[in-house]
Amino acid sequence: MAVRIESSGEGMTAFLTGEIDHHTARQIRETVDAAVEKSKPKNLYLDFSEVGFMDSSGIGLIMGRFKLIQHYGGRLTVTGTSERIAKIISLAGLERLDIFNNAQ
Amino acid sequence: MKAINEMKVTFPSRSSNESFARSVVASFVAQLDPAVDELVDIRTAVSEAVTNCIVHAYPDNIGEVTIVARIYPTGRVVIKVRDKGIGIENIEQAMEPLFTTGGEERYGLGFSVMDSFTDKLKVTSKKGKGTVVTLEKYISMRQRQAKQF
Ligand SMILES: Nc1ncnc2c1ncn2[C@@H]1O[C@H](COP(=O)(O)OP(=O)(O)OP(=O)(O)O)[C@@H](O)[C@H]1O
Ligand SMILES: [Mg+2]
Repeated sequence: MAVRIESSGEGMTAFLTGEIDHHTARQIRETVDAAVEKSKPKNLYLDFSEVGFMDSSGIGLIMGRFKLIQHYGGRLTVTGTSERIAKIISLAGLERLDIFNNAQ
Repeated sequence: MKAINEMKVTFPSRSSNESFARSVVASFVAQLDPAVDELVDIRTAVSEAVTNCIVHAYPDNIGEVTIVARIYPTGRVVIKVRDKGIGIENIEQAMEPLFTTGGEERYGLGFSVMDSFTDKLKVTSKKGKGTVVTLEKYISMRQRQAKQF
């Protein structure tokens, strides 16, 4: 499984694992979106600490979930990004968004 | 300068081959004893080039993707990723950061990643004929002097 979802009073956390590319992003997207659409959490956390590889498909994955949760009036927080992943995020010019929280 | 080693692999443009593609190139380059970061740079750049063939070159069908990688005595690695898909009409525009024809889930970042994670990026394309992306990366000398080159 490329993603495990846990919910609490705080919101919903999607723990992503393994390698994120165009192939695996599809499965992650479908799983996360189904869970979000079902329970419309106030907070959605995407946890990248178990992700060993990510290419630009990961950026599409983050931004797509960002739009989805905003649509429901919720907040997205991205946690556990490695230096490698942070590099791709900054190439995308996204570090200015307040969704990235590595102290989490 | 003549290449000292070469590999070639052809596979159908199925997304399940993305991980295979970056792994096979990384395994081939491993003989140069690259640093971990250099290898991840190559894996990421290859992943971008191959994904573009799968997503953009063959939007409605499955076609052939070919990777040729060559190693030169100086530690230079040249990787060509080729498709026979729809081609790119305006290469300059396609390479602009955040330009995409890929819809909601794409961010237009692939060429920026390839550019920043390699030492040289070249794209040639012909509409209706296909695209060749050439990635070049220098692997630093490190322990390589100790080996027989
Ligand atoms: N092999 C190809 N064949 C045809 N068109 C391509 C090919 N590679 C890239 N393109 C075109 O160039 C554009 C930019 O590619 P790039 O990889 O930078 O971004 P993307 O694939 O759209 O998004 P991302 O890589 O961030 O998921 C694509 O949207 C597509 O229009
Ligand atoms: Mg791309």
